Amino acid sequence: MKKNKNIIECKNITKTYINGGIETKVLKGISFEIKEGEFVAIMGPSGSGKSTLMHILGALDVATSGEYLLDEHNVSTFTDDELADIRMNKIGFVFQAFNLLPRTTVMRNVMLPLIYQNVPEDEAEDRAVEALKSASFDEARIYNLSNQLSGGQMQRVAIARALINDPSLILADEPTGNLDSKTGEIVLATFEKLNKEDGHTIVLITHEPDIAMHADRTIVLKDGVIIEDRDNVKLKIKK
Amino acid sequence: MKPYYFLKEVYYALVSNKVRSGLTVLGIVIGIASVISMIAIGQGSQNSIKASVESLGSNLIIVTPGQQRGFGFQVSGGRGGAQTLTSADADAISQNVSSIQIMDQELNGRYQLIGKGTNTNTSVMGTTENYPSVRNVQIDQGNFISSADVSNMNKVVVLGATVLTDLFGDGTDPASVIGQTIQIKTLQVKIIGVTKAKGGNGFNNQDDMVYIPLTTAQHYLAGTKTKYISTLAIQAVDEQSMSDIQNQVTQLLLTRHNISDPTAADFTVTNQSDVVSTASSVTGTFTTLLGAVAGISLVVGGIGIMNMMLTTVTERTREIGLRKAIGAKRKDINLQFLAEAVALTFIGGAIGILLGWIVSMIVTKFSGIATQVSLSSVILSFGVSALIGVVFGYYPANRASKLSPIEALKYE
Repeated sequence: MKKNKNIIECKNITKTYINGGIETKVLKGISFEIKEGEFVAIMGPSGSGKSTLMHILGALDVATSGEYLLDEHNVSTFTDDELADIRMNKIGFVFQAFNLLPRTTVMRNVMLPLIYQNVPEDEAEDRAVEALKSASFDEARIYNLSNQLSGGQMQRVAIARALINDPSLILADEPTGNLDSKTGEIVLATFEKLNKEDGHTIVLITHEPDIAMHADRTIVLKDGVIIEDRDNVKLKIKK
Repeated sequence: MKPYYFLKEVYYALVSNKVRSGLTVLGIVIGIASVISMIAIGQGSQNSIKASVESLGSNLIIVTPGQQRGFGFQVSGGRGGAQTLTSADADAISQNVSSIQIMDQELNGRYQLIGKGTNTNTSVMGTTENYPSVRNVQIDQGNFISSADVSNMNKVVVLGATVLTDLFGDGTDPASVIGQTIQIKTLQVKIIGVTKAKGGNGFNNQDDMVYIPLTTAQHYLAGTKTKYISTLAIQAVDEQSMSDIQNQVTQLLLTRHNISDPTAADFTVTNQSDVVSTASSVTGTFTTLLGAVAGISLVVGGIGIMNMMLTTVTERTREIGLRKAIGAKRKDINLQFLAEAVALTFIGGAIGILLGWIVSMIVTKFSGIATQVSLSSVILSFGVSALIGVVFGYYPANRASKLSPIEALKYE
């Protein structure tokens, strides 16, 4: 690794939900670090706590105890509005269900995060075009409506939307879950390109080992603890 | 968020659901339009009643008999014909009461008029030469009834403008009918004049009336020996002396009619300003009532807005989740949904004002009720519609802003 700055630093993170008086401990002390420029997959079966971890990493939720530093900001102590700010400036989300605004042009979908940052419209449009290029989206379709696109195209629009605020961290939650395997491969190749060529730090959440293998490192969760933290690059070389 | 982006977001949100936005706006349009037009009708009729009372003459005191007002169609009040006001009373008043400018005796009823082949049913007013100055009527062609006509019981008639067209057709030159004879009941009378149209409406339309000498009416139409009258109109020299005249007339008539208890008086003395204020208060109540009914429809429209916004919030839960995930704060979401609701009511308010104004004009055109769209009612309903947007938009917007991004993103 050329760069050594920590983008993510988790120190003994726990998360407990209280539902109807019953406490459920979903995360039971998670600690790891992700450096700038890494491509990490967080893998685990359903119920392993990977979604909860994703929410905490994405600053959508705060941990019950422990410390989480995102790009050197201590997110664990943040208020709702501060969380919204850090999401706006540091994180780009890619969801399984794409979550594009329906009946809305590709351009407006990609620009959406910038309207909350008060970026002037001209600049926002230029940046949207750049982001769409980086996400390998067909430029001819920039003014198509989101519901006229195929699944693969939609996910690339979502990736462009995640890129537009030049985030420290791209967080992709099962990005290929709604796509057929062929389209899924193309989308994963886009992530690899973003990591290798553009130097983006990417965290990929998945339950499929095959998909996790596209990343350079896999953190495996089970029942709220990390059971494995392996280097895929070495594994690939061995093969 | 910048206002420009903000407005754009609101615009796209409303446009992407045209039918639903349109129907919701319609609720507000109907509410505002009915408030505007109902208040316009109420205020308009208030003004027209006032104007028509005032057009009957200024500083007037009207004396009417207690029970029976006319001589033709009304049955007596059960006391053998309450023809309690007579020309003799009128003469006594003019001799004994001070501060009277001029007075006019009247006896009216409805009769069938027969012209050249056509006929019409209208009000026949037996009166004196003083009528035009007391009642503000002007002559267009010919002359009004003279004092000689009254004293000689002449069989002459002056036509009102409406009666002229009813009998002789539209566009008849008033000058051409002077000298012609028409028939009232069985009485042949010669036309000596036509009055100018006053354009009034409501009760006592002075255009839809013919005038004959009082004595002629008393003798030929009423057909009784007693020279009774249905109305005595007294014009005071000025406004200040009106109540004084009212008292003097009341006292004099009580004495003449041998009545000791004023509450048992067989006549009524009405001050014109009393009539105006009574009429105003009646129409004022009427306006309030209409406005209140219309206001209910506005509230219903507001509930429609709330309903739509709640549906929208549910439907766009994932969108709200996404917006929050990419950095929208509670305030941003709250403001966006509130602005959508206010925009709906604002659009509805603007169209509603226009529609209400059009409805008022249509009402004026087809029913003849004068309407008046006042600036205050426009400002009021616009303000109310914006307020409704805020009030009924607040709850859904607040609900949207409170959604947790995690839950919202999971929402199916």
